Amino acid sequence: MGLDFYTGKLADAVNWARKFSLFSYPFVTACCGMEYMSVAAPKYDIARFGAEFPRFSPRQADLLIIVGTITERQGPALRRIYDQMCEPKWVIAFGVCASTGGFYQNYSTMPGADQVVPVDVYIPGCPPRPEQVLDALILLQERIQRGEGHSQVMLKAEQKNGGGYDVPTTAIRPRTSHLPGGDKGGGGNVGGGNVGNVGNVGKEG
Amino acid sequence: MDNTLAPPASRRVVVGIQEPQDFDAPELPTEPLPLNMGPSHPAMHGTVRMVLEVEGEKISSADVQIGYLHRCFEKESEFATWTQVFPYTDRLNYVSPMLNNVGYAMAVEKLMGITSLIPERAQYIRVIVGEISRITDHMTCLGASAMELGAFTPFLYMLKAREWLFELLEEVCGARLTVSYLRIGGCAWDLPVGFADKLRNILDRTKGVLDDVSKLLDRNRIFRDRLDGIGIITQADCLQYGITGPVGRSTGLAYDVRKDAPYLVYDRFDFDVPVGSVGDNFDRYAVRVEEIKQSMRILEQALEQLPAGEFMLNDPRIALPPKSETYNSIEAMIAHFKLIMDGIHVPAGEVYSYSEAGNGELGFYLVSDGTGRPWKCRVRPPCFAAVAILPELLKGIFLADIVPTFGLMNMIGGECDR
Amino acid sequence: MSQNVLDRVKAQFTAGELVETGAQHGDEWVRVRRDSWVAVATFLRDDPATKMEMFIDLTVVDRFSTEPRFDVVVHLYSVSLKQRVRLYGGVTEDDPTLETLVGVWAGANWFEREAYDLYGVRFKGHPDLRRILMYPEFVGHPLRKDYPKEKRQPLVRRQPNSVD
Repeated sequence: MGLDFYTGKLADAVNWARKFSLFSYPFVTACCGMEYMSVAAPKYDIARFGAEFPRFSPRQADLLIIVGTITERQGPALRRIYDQMCEPKWVIAFGVCASTGGFYQNYSTMPGADQVVPVDVYIPGCPPRPEQVLDALILLQERIQRGEGHSQVMLKAEQKNGGGYDVPTTAIRPRTSHLPGGDKGGGGNVGGGNVGNVGNVGKEG
Repeated sequence: MDNTLAPPASRRVVVGIQEPQDFDAPELPTEPLPLNMGPSHPAMHGTVRMVLEVEGEKISSADVQIGYLHRCFEKESEFATWTQVFPYTDRLNYVSPMLNNVGYAMAVEKLMGITSLIPERAQYIRVIVGEISRITDHMTCLGASAMELGAFTPFLYMLKAREWLFELLEEVCGARLTVSYLRIGGCAWDLPVGFADKLRNILDRTKGVLDDVSKLLDRNRIFRDRLDGIGIITQADCLQYGITGPVGRSTGLAYDVRKDAPYLVYDRFDFDVPVGSVGDNFDRYAVRVEEIKQSMRILEQALEQLPAGEFMLNDPRIALPPKSETYNSIEAMIAHFKLIMDGIHVPAGEVYSYSEAGNGELGFYLVSDGTGRPWKCRVRPPCFAAVAILPELLKGIFLADIVPTFGLMNMIGGECDR
Repeated sequence: MSQNVLDRVKAQFTAGELVETGAQHGDEWVRVRRDSWVAVATFLRDDPATKMEMFIDLTVVDRFSTEPRFDVVVHLYSVSLKQRVRLYGGVTEDDPTLETLVGVWAGANWFEREAYDLYGVRFKGHPDLRRILMYPEFVGHPLRKDYPKEKRQPLVRRQPNSVD
């Protein structure tokens, strides 16, 4: 058994700890904020998943939850907040406005938060039901455990390449274990995960 | 209002720069410090940016910048049919979506001249769901404001009560928050079976929640100290700025659209309109608590008076035909097609219609050119006027006082920025 | 409903200052000539028979194919007398300016800023006329009928080394 076994087990343990103690930064803008409050409320209780604590400073958070519509005016603020977070960090786009712009197609709405920040999990819904949000959180936790969050992949690549951010997007495998064929290669996009423009994020600024 | 809630006059803090001798400490020289709050800030209810100039802890100037949630309601509604605007109206004041639907439906009906033809049951249903939304609005505002001051428990209690109401709304129309329940001419569907009993049950439990929250907050030394005497608005300010709703009534301005210009069936109910006296933050809190109780009173009377009947106007030019006919007869299918594709033909003209939303007078100014799409659909947002007074109001108060002052204005980004 | 408001205004001002009055769907309205905008507004606020103390709304309608192109629309309410009125101020496209109402009602400040931001109507004498809903770098006035709905002007560059 080589060193890989131990570092592999250590990575698993660290990821286990990370996924169950997510400190979220709820970037709340609009109506989805009400459903975010409901998810944090006693009935749907996000605390059971360990992600209860909203840290209202990006420097202390590792999960950026973009709740609600992002307008063009909000773009620089969102990007700056994403940049202030420490690695590894994950991003959830909560609601269809943050995912793709929703039914707003106009001069002020950004068609999705992934125009400016890379997103790990998209939650459709207008607003999404709290159960959807919890499902997305579980999906994210599984990705964290497998080390597939965009930030984790970049960190790993950085270590391997000695500093480069160039990560081919095929490095991120979509989840297929639940599909009827089982875990046979990366079949299509399923459920929650799609990472946008990983390469560009590295090249910015 | 119960006047044992008012603190003794000696404990009232006067807003403004305090004289140095009050504090028994020397006046230290300060330099103005520009400080930025927002646009993403935990204590900013919506998304708003305040560029403050602070001297020590006191604010010398505040530039409140809104527009971070400008989702182009007016522009989108110019490209949508009259009925397709309803989902956009849900997302205006998203904590009380039914009230926006009510306001918009009333405006289009006024423009068409069919206000008197709306069936009585539909009007009662509109009142009922509107008051439920008003309760959720005030509960969210009070809960969030309390949380920002550190009182986390009332926030969770209020959310618990709000969940019950959301679930009830979900039974009515399928959505907890963005309801789109009303249509021009009535409601989309009738109330479900057993609605009245469920609502009465929820109202009983909500009274219990309100009592709990009152016990925690009304005489709480910290809560009162942070709210009393801060952020005083006068009646004259309200008239100049057009501030209505709980904020306006907290100053003593007794203007409530439901009483002064009754619409739907509000003139058949016996309810009071709470009016404050000082116009500070605590009055805004107390007016909202009292309004929740009055809304519950209206709901009880409405449930008793709710008549049987149609929930939608029976006019093929306005209401969609029943699905069984749409699938089986050509006339109904054509009528359905025309209503969906072209929209309801609203005669050319202009109208301003107003109703009492959670934050005050919600006005819809509609301009129609005779087609099925609006030429202009303007929302007069009540909290826009309330936030407009903030740059003046924040001068001279402490930095920490921004939090309750802004919180209790209940600025909802969707409504303020549209 | 508020017919006496129209009567008072017509009695006080001549045809040189008012263009037209009328009522539709229960709303009374007055179309005012541009030069007497503030005079009519001040009269409506101060006259004991109209007493329009409360400023409700100010917006602009883009008529697009009729002259004058923009109509500045003001809604006023009298809390004491429970009556309402609507004022129209026609403004052309070549000279989209109008006097500010900030001196009459302080609340007109932000509403006029929004009218400037979204329609391009400038208000003479306004203390702080700048954009309120759109960001300062935005070019154009989006609610005008000739501004395309989906023309975005992104504030954050999507691609590095590009203007987009």
